[in-house]
Amino acid sequence: MATKTFQYIQSGVVPIPTENIDTDQIIPARFLKATTREGFGNNLFRDWRYDSDNKPITGFVLNDNTFSGKILVGGKNFGCGSSREHAAWAISDYGFDVVVSSFFADIFKGNALNNGLLPVQVSEAFLQKIFAAVFNDPSTELEVNLEKQTITLLSTGESEEFEINPYKKACLINGYDDIDYILSNIDKIEEYEKR
Amino acid sequence: MNLEETKNMGKTLFDKIWDAHVVSTKEGFPDILYIDTHFIHEVTSPQAFNGLRQRGIPVFRPKQTVATADHNVPTLHQDQPIKEELSRLQVEMLTKNCAEFGIELYGLGHPYQGIVHVIGPELGITRPGCTYVCGDSHTSTHGAFGAIAFGIGTSQVEQVMATQCLLQQRPKRMKIEVNGQLQKGVGAKDIILYIISQISAAGGTGYFVEYAGDTIRSLSMEGRMTICNMSIEMGARGGLIAPDQITFDYVEGREFAPKGDAWDKALAYWKTLFSDDDAVFDKVYSFRAEDIAPMITYGTNPGMGIGVDEKIPDAGQFSDQEQLSYKKALQYMGLQDDTPIEGHPIDYVFIGSCTNSRIEDLRQVAEFIKGKKKADDVTVWVVPGSKQVEQQAIKEGLDKVFEAAGFGLREPGCSACLGMNEDKIPAGKYCISTSNRNFEGRQGPNSRTFLASPLMAAAAAVTGKVTDIRELI
Repeated sequence: MATKTFQYIQSGVVPIPTENIDTDQIIPARFLKATTREGFGNNLFRDWRYDSDNKPITGFVLNDNTFSGKILVGGKNFGCGSSREHAAWAISDYGFDVVVSSFFADIFKGNALNNGLLPVQVSEAFLQKIFAAVFNDPSTELEVNLEKQTITLLSTGESEEFEINPYKKACLINGYDDIDYILSNIDKIEEYEKR
Repeated sequence: MNLEETKNMGKTLFDKIWDAHVVSTKEGFPDILYIDTHFIHEVTSPQAFNGLRQRGIPVFRPKQTVATADHNVPTLHQDQPIKEELSRLQVEMLTKNCAEFGIELYGLGHPYQGIVHVIGPELGITRPGCTYVCGDSHTSTHGAFGAIAFGIGTSQVEQVMATQCLLQQRPKRMKIEVNGQLQKGVGAKDIILYIISQISAAGGTGYFVEYAGDTIRSLSMEGRMTICNMSIEMGARGGLIAPDQITFDYVEGREFAPKGDAWDKALAYWKTLFSDDDAVFDKVYSFRAEDIAPMITYGTNPGMGIGVDEKIPDAGQFSDQEQLSYKKALQYMGLQDDTPIEGHPIDYVFIGSCTNSRIEDLRQVAEFIKGKKKADDVTVWVVPGSKQVEQQAIKEGLDKVFEAAGFGLREPGCSACLGMNEDKIPAGKYCISTSNRNFEGRQGPNSRTFLASPLMAAAAAVTGKVTDIRELI
């Protein structure tokens, strides 16, 4: 089945410099009772975003109009903890197309790629430059080019290349799906089972 | 290194099992890896079943899929309908999906129901040399048997349902050795909390870990499961331990374990499952068992752990960037840097989760608290990992010991480990927990978690504060 595609984006940035942002912060367990993939964006970063009376917490970046855009930038070891794909669904459902960090947890990275959400891993130095630039000027934009595998801080022109598995890159650009690919190998699977 | 040399090189245990499960490998593509058993539960499977329906395809190998309800079930009155509507609907959805797609379900009321990572091993479904996945990051638990087991997302759950295979890039290999004699009061949970505190919550990312060394070998299967369970807490996809006589003795005779000739054949194969002497690991760590104290975490990720007699680290030792997150963590926990953690009051004790809810954990706690009582203002929940663990505990009279001490023995489920059901720690309260994660809000909004071993949790239950178990035994 075709999935969401990604090629290129130029956008503003929403910065969360906290390190080790785990998937329980991205979407707390009590919101995992839904049986569809939609609607998780409303509870993205729920307990950082709203207090116990469901009032927005002043100062949290998603409640601050100063910052907006389709690129979420987080501190290192983003997406650690639980394997819940709901975390990738929530980020995507909220409206982000790219997550940038200096380090991603494995399962989150895989889940993001399976949902057309591009994880871009940059050096710690480049990550700090992005944070500095965005906090200095919230209108700062990033450009992410998947074909060239580059991420550019448009205010300074500084750029870095990022890595992505060539198969997953082709999947994202063309909207291919892992299941279609494996299903096309079903004869090999049946052969394997006879070994 | 030329090709010939590579061919003759020894293999790691991980590579032996991986290679035996590769259906197809192609340059530039991840491997297609065959999955022997797929465990599913109510929370991460509904969207995958929906995906199959949209594609109009069945579960490819329903007999290799095992389901249970664990994450979102109450731990009291399981014989009655679930009160909370969304939870009830999710559990009912699993029942409906399993019936429609022909999958065996060990749901509420079934004698085999329990936490998925507890029931797989106890039923003899988990065996050496096999591959296991589940939409749950603690699937790494099954690695204790010398198996490749890891957590996956829901898109991958759908993938495995559709094909019994997973597209997966081979991770790097890490070896973590622990050698020497453990101090009294120190066990498997302390070993793994110590390792994570040393290599950090991200130190294992990109790797699959083999735990080795004489300390690891001396552990029971249940202790080994506790170790492998928390591999994900250092970022590793999974962890495994070479099978040995302890493993074989544990598996033999269990419900779904091979029998007769099939057993002999399996055993002969399992005995070949170890890392060759000249196998190369991408990274190796070595620790001394003597250095490990009873551990406790003070922060908001499992890497933030110390020996119970140590002080919470001074913020000054971190870089400016790290200090931001460090101070945020201590502020959340209501703790001061450079102060002792021992003696800190606690409100709740949770003994349970896929890390520490097996019969040995319950026996150890019962033995310690026999003749003692919990502190007055502390609430203690003991949640067995499965119906079978619960029944065994009752058979041994452990329930009476818990009752006499003021501990509440509940029914099986994931419970307060993640607070999806009503077992939540109230805001601002401190819980010493035998589970695996101390993330912000993990056990309930604004709850504060100290991760520790069952013995440390039991000690705190009795004194009402963080206590060095070595002083009480």
